[in-house]
Amino acid sequence: MAQNTKEKKKTDIVRILLIFISLAFVAVMLVIPLVSVIYNSLRKGFAFYVEALSGKYVVSAFKVTMLATVIAVAVNTFFGLVASWALTRFSFRGKQILATLIDIPFSISPVIAGLAYIMTFGRLGWAAPFLEWLGGLLGIEIKIVFALPGVVLATIFVTFPFVSRELIPVLNADGTDEEEAAALMGAGGWSIFKSITFPRIKWALLYGVILCTARALGEFGAVHALSKTRGKTFTLPLEIDALYLSGDQDSIVASFAVSSILVILAVLVLVLRYVLEYKAKSAGKRR
Amino acid sequence: MRSMSDKKVKQHKKPRVIPGFGITLGTTVAMLSILILIPLGSVMVYAFCMTPREFWENVTSPGVIYAFGTSILTAFIAAVVNSVFGVILAWVLVRYEFPGKMLLDGLIELPFAIPTAVAGITLSKLYVRDGFLGAPLARLGITVSYTHIGITVAMIFVGIPFVVRSVQPVLEKLDPQFEEASYILGADSFSTFFKVILSELMPAILTGFGLALARGIGEYGSVIYIAGNSAREHTQVVSYIIMQKLNYMDYPGATAVAFVMLIISFVLLLLINIVQIRQSRRTNNI
Repeated sequence: MAQNTKEKKKTDIVRILLIFISLAFVAVMLVIPLVSVIYNSLRKGFAFYVEALSGKYVVSAFKVTMLATVIAVAVNTFFGLVASWALTRFSFRGKQILATLIDIPFSISPVIAGLAYIMTFGRLGWAAPFLEWLGGLLGIEIKIVFALPGVVLATIFVTFPFVSRELIPVLNADGTDEEEAAALMGAGGWSIFKSITFPRIKWALLYGVILCTARALGEFGAVHALSKTRGKTFTLPLEIDALYLSGDQDSIVASFAVSSILVILAVLVLVLRYVLEYKAKSAGKRR
Repeated sequence: MRSMSDKKVKQHKKPRVIPGFGITLGTTVAMLSILILIPLGSVMVYAFCMTPREFWENVTSPGVIYAFGTSILTAFIAAVVNSVFGVILAWVLVRYEFPGKMLLDGLIELPFAIPTAVAGITLSKLYVRDGFLGAPLARLGITVSYTHIGITVAMIFVGIPFVVRSVQPVLEKLDPQFEEASYILGADSFSTFFKVILSELMPAILTGFGLALARGIGEYGSVIYIAGNSAREHTQVVSYIIMQKLNYMDYPGATAVAFVMLIISFVLLLLINIVQIRQSRRTNNI
């Protein structure tokens, strides 16, 4: 009996110690940086904050970021739906390899993504003569690297697997019985997708789209390699970089002001994630 | 063995009743090739077109060697730190109830959602000599910013979610029988944890470790501001070197370094996949 209470006391101490370590680690590594972004952005007052956000360069960067994000999310959502259908509804040779290849952008440096597009579409790239020929045919100059198309492509590259990765586990877990039954009864591909598959994956799809959006808004390395003109092809993260490195106090505060917008969006994403997870869980229970 | 051959037969016999195989697979492969594989292939081809000597000289110049050393070493230390704290965090989140647990769980994902450049300037500002965390550390004689410690701190930041998120689900599904058996056999909670639970979690920890390591080695945005990027102090990371070579239009140099990075990433990806496949095989056999 005495030993039992001693053992219990020991596990209590361990429990409190471990919770304390966790909270301290998260506080120092995550919470303090989060708070410091907001603190630094408001150091020169709210009027300065608003002024910093309405600068010419920041507005242009905002537009470029939105353009790149919308296109990247649209492309990758389409890809995610198609790829997850192919990878979970059929079995074929090399499926595992295909799934691994789709995940490549997760594990390579974003700077290499930028380099890859430079080596493909840049002046030295093998596709450059083709682009020139195409441009001559259409009577326009097609510029990808160091121009908006490059920024969009880089954003697509780094967010490529986000949607498919959320959909594949859900579709795998659900199995194909109902879709097979529908197909045997003569339903077409689109109506199977619309009335059977889509209702099951909608929360995972929305979550994938949100993650993809968050990552697209914040992409830095790949875009950094492909975009060199401030006020024209700079995205918000590049503008943050330019402001921070220009060195004077006002610009540094302004760079934190721009950062705070992205941080607020990041926190919103996390909250939405919780809501969606809850919805997906309760939807799962209802079935 | 039998079950495997059964599965194979089933796979071949099973007719494809669901429509859309050709068009979805075709679109997937086409998009993957155009957007990812062909551009990366261009880097590979360009690297192969160099003479071996040219390639070797580019890859073994002192700056590049030091950068690889710095990136791999700091990413390794960061991944080890994240493995230790990741297991503790996963344990606390799965096994204990306490106020604010949901908030803690949500915060773990923060580094995934925050742009790397924002993380970079924030950490750099916090850890400079007169910064909020830099000042007290400086009084203890520890300089974080513009040193290897700073690079490691940034890599810890971006790597936190990997270990937690790969250990957490495994810990949730862990069969309580193992622990009970261990207690009944007279082991105390410490040896139960280290001998029984930890070995069950090992594949998940290794996966998280590998992912954090891969992320750290390639990391750019969150590292460059706190690193100082000095060639003399060896605080340049590999991604920074590639970017610098690109800015100087040194495309052969950038490609050669990127090629080595790609090989490292693929090897890590392969190892992670092997660990995961072995794990799923083991759990399926039980």
